[in-house]
Amino acid sequence: MTTRQFGQPIKRKEDPRLVTGGGRFLDDLGHTAYAAAFVRSPHAHARILDIDVTGALDVPGLIGIWTHEDLPGKVGEPLPLLIPHPSLTAPVTGYCLAPDEVNHVGEAVVMVVAVDRYAAEDACGLVRVDYDVLPPVVGLENARAATDLVHDSAPGNVAAHLVQEVGDVDIAMAAAPNRLTLDLQIERSMCSPMEGKGVYAVWDADDEHLRLWSSTQTTTGVRAAVAAKLDLPLAKVDCIAPDVGGGFGVKIVHPWPEEVLVPWTARLLGHDVKWTEDRREHFVSSAHERGQLQQVEVGFDDDGHVLALDVRLWHDNGAYTPYGIIVPIITSTQLLGPYKPGSYRCEFWSLYTNTVLVTPYRGAGRPQGVYAMERTMDAIAAELGLDRAEVRSRNFILPEEMPYDHGLLFQDGRPLKYDSGDFPASLAKLKALVGWDEFAAYKEQAASEGRRVGLGIGCYVEGTGVGPYEGGHIVIETSGRVNVATGLTTQGQGHQTVFAQIVADELGVPIENVFVTTGDTRRMGYAVGTFASRAAVMSGNAIALAARQVKAKALRIAAEALEVSPEDLEIVGGMVRVKGAPGTSMALGTVAVMSNPLRYAFDEAARAATQFAGGNDPDKPPVAAGEEPGLEGKDFYSPTQATFANGMHAAIVETDPVTAEIRILRYCVVHDCGPMINPMIVEGQVHGGVAQGVGGALYERMVYDESGQLLNASFMDFLMPYASEVPFIETDHLETPSPLNPLGIKGAGEAGCIPVSAVIASAIEDAEGFPIRSMPISPTELWELRQRHTEPVAAQGEPS
Amino acid sequence: MTGPDVPEPLHEVTVSVNGVRHTATVPARRLLSDFLRHDLALTGTHVGCEHGVCGACTILVDGAPMRSCLMFAVQARAHELTTVEGLGTIDAMGPVQQAFSECHGLQCGFCTPGFITTITAYLEENPDPTAEEARDAISGNLCRCTGYQNIVKSVLRAAEIRASADLGAPPLIDADARAGEAPP
Ligand code: FES
Ligand code: FES
Repeated sequence: MTTRQFGQPIKRKEDPRLVTGGGRFLDDLGHTAYAAAFVRSPHAHARILDIDVTGALDVPGLIGIWTHEDLPGKVGEPLPLLIPHPSLTAPVTGYCLAPDEVNHVGEAVVMVVAVDRYAAEDACGLVRVDYDVLPPVVGLENARAATDLVHDSAPGNVAAHLVQEVGDVDIAMAAAPNRLTLDLQIERSMCSPMEGKGVYAVWDADDEHLRLWSSTQTTTGVRAAVAAKLDLPLAKVDCIAPDVGGGFGVKIVHPWPEEVLVPWTARLLGHDVKWTEDRREHFVSSAHERGQLQQVEVGFDDDGHVLALDVRLWHDNGAYTPYGIIVPIITSTQLLGPYKPGSYRCEFWSLYTNTVLVTPYRGAGRPQGVYAMERTMDAIAAELGLDRAEVRSRNFILPEEMPYDHGLLFQDGRPLKYDSGDFPASLAKLKALVGWDEFAAYKEQAASEGRRVGLGIGCYVEGTGVGPYEGGHIVIETSGRVNVATGLTTQGQGHQTVFAQIVADELGVPIENVFVTTGDTRRMGYAVGTFASRAAVMSGNAIALAARQVKAKALRIAAEALEVSPEDLEIVGGMVRVKGAPGTSMALGTVAVMSNPLRYAFDEAARAATQFAGGNDPDKPPVAAGEEPGLEGKDFYSPTQATFANGMHAAIVETDPVTAEIRILRYCVVHDCGPMINPMIVEGQVHGGVAQGVGGALYERMVYDESGQLLNASFMDFLMPYASEVPFIETDHLETPSPLNPLGIKGAGEAGCIPVSAVIASAIEDAEGFPIRSMPISPTELWELRQRHTEPVAAQGEPS
Repeated sequence: MTGPDVPEPLHEVTVSVNGVRHTATVPARRLLSDFLRHDLALTGTHVGCEHGVCGACTILVDGAPMRSCLMFAVQARAHELTTVEGLGTIDAMGPVQQAFSECHGLQCGFCTPGFITTITAYLEENPDPTAEEARDAISGNLCRCTGYQNIVKSVLRAAEIRASADLGAPPLIDADARAGEAPP
């Protein structure tokens, strides 16, 4: 028997190419394409009075300049609202080029195309735009106060307002023996993939066909959006994601203005056009996430059981809402984590500000929700003088309560119903890993040496693998090569490897023979995209189902040839053979030959397949009724609901008693995403997620001034962690299978970053002995908190 | 200064890249990173920030790591440049490349060429680093995917591969490439 590939830490198939410089990222394509660049708004909120391009017209190499007025038909109409929601009562989306008003610094106003980027930027610098500056709305407090409005069509700056309630919170709260209120804050950060966005379009005038490459998380989405905008039949548009240098959410939004304008100009000019986003553009014209104000009121009994949980959230959605209100919906539902409060109400307001739009960033609202819930758990423990892990475990949903229906609607519009998980077992693993019970002694010893250390904990549940569907297509060539295609895209998750592992097992072929293509609409036209930790669950299962079809077909054909029944056959190492009599066998490639009766021969394999090759039954058609030529299969996986992964993290931090520097001494992760297809890759996802979480907890924030300028729009000033800032991450896994899908798997992509802010806040609170209510936290902020807590009288008199 | 409508003066540049001499005519402001990527079509060198912070564009100039986004092509005249393409091929990977593949030192692979060039130069000078030194050595490059742990591991593994004449023979090192603190 060949070893099962599922579950093995197999080296990635994509790596030899990527480590030798053979990657093909967006800007690696189209060296002779014209380059696009954009004049972007320098103001957060302004009316455009006049645009004068005359100064730019003599720039050598200039090809064309366009403003909103020049955009015909649908190209000039607002960008689509991708995910409407009944509570999103004032949706506003932007335009490809701003018509008369700009709503954030960085919004595209003028497009320039030139022979290269240097010339295009020269021209941009010579375009004059006159603005009438309007009062900007920056920050959630100002949005909420609504003294000024971002959009006249959104009174109170409110895009959406939603309340979900389970049980009667008011009654339960009134009856609760203990009550606490927490005011919490979490700041903005951003995905910041190392490769920004980018689009490259080739218009084939002879064929009237558009071929489009985008650094995107959804090629089917971009294809459909661009076809609609340019009034092209879908059949005349292909979209391909080349190698993508990270996504983390920002590249799921589509179409970005550039994704419409670049192909539009390519068709207009009859010449390839490319746009590669630069780093500053990525900061000011892509998307951010996380910023929320939260108010939690909790009622609990003397044992720490939560009886009533009443949460209010103010979510900053930036200037536009093209991606709907997915983020606050996820916060408000996934906040519950592994717990079952007696009653729960969450009310949120999604508010406009004159800042870059807010769309999902890895974790997509969960880090904020977990932060709110876990700060609350710590507050309950502190109030009652109980162990923090114990309070959590008293509120856990137990394994025997699975499936557990919270009675709420999740982001996919379906019930929030957990399918699996063993939270007490996860907690036990985490406590063992971090040495929970020994920590008090360690802390005491550290204190005796003049050191301050603290232990923090955070638990989360993550809905992964949301629908509606993904597909898998497999075709086996006569050489035995297995071509696999799925429509969703890849940004570093190792799909070429993990999907090949699944196919190798299902079909019984060597993994070296399996070649996976993702994100190419020429190979799979039906797909949704890569987000919500869904790729392995959705495409993995679809591909497994497709492989089962191909296998059944191969066995049918081989059974006939070998004159046995299909049940007596197995496929091992790419050979179909009779069970117990491996001498009687034929290669899968040969089965592929037989599956496709030919008239013309052009090589050895084809000669064997011609209808003159002999051995055919003259009474039967060459292709049997109900069969299709080719050893090929296609299937889709469409689940009734998401599957829920979970995890628990703990950290030990040390805070410098003098400088308030914060150092993470240990970081421990227990993670349950069900059976792991490739544990090495899952581990890598966890590491990367934790690193982003650490960035969000201690370093990263989007610093807007009151006029709406993003002050830290460079890697110089936006402090993304280097290796020196990321702790060594210790991991342990639990593999509770999901009952919902054929492979029993759950998603893993986002997990690592979800609880980190909660964990670090918890640990700093433990080290310092006062509550942490705002994240991220810098040494300066911690130092100021210390002043406030050690000198309460003096602090009260000072302006905050 | 030339006005906006006057074509820029061009300069002939001859450089050696991965042992091959190239001559091209470029404007003075052509970045070395753009020159390599678009004039020579050596796209293994990536650009993550264009302001010298991320390290994705790192190449070796006479063996020393340099950020090609902070150099003009004309400054590379008469220098020997090495890019990631010059450090091995799919069939004959260099030690650092091999280590990255073995240790899952990359996810999207965008930052990877800059790490590989940086680490190659580092190991020349420090062939046997500790985990802590390895972490230090890569602390000038940004990666948004991996959390760096497996890159640290890759540095140690690469050192091991370099040290061994018999490539690939030593077992994969344990996961204790840890640069963290000892557990309490
Ligand atoms: S691109 Fe040169 S350092 Fe970032
Ligand atoms: S592997 Fe993606 S940025 Fe490093």
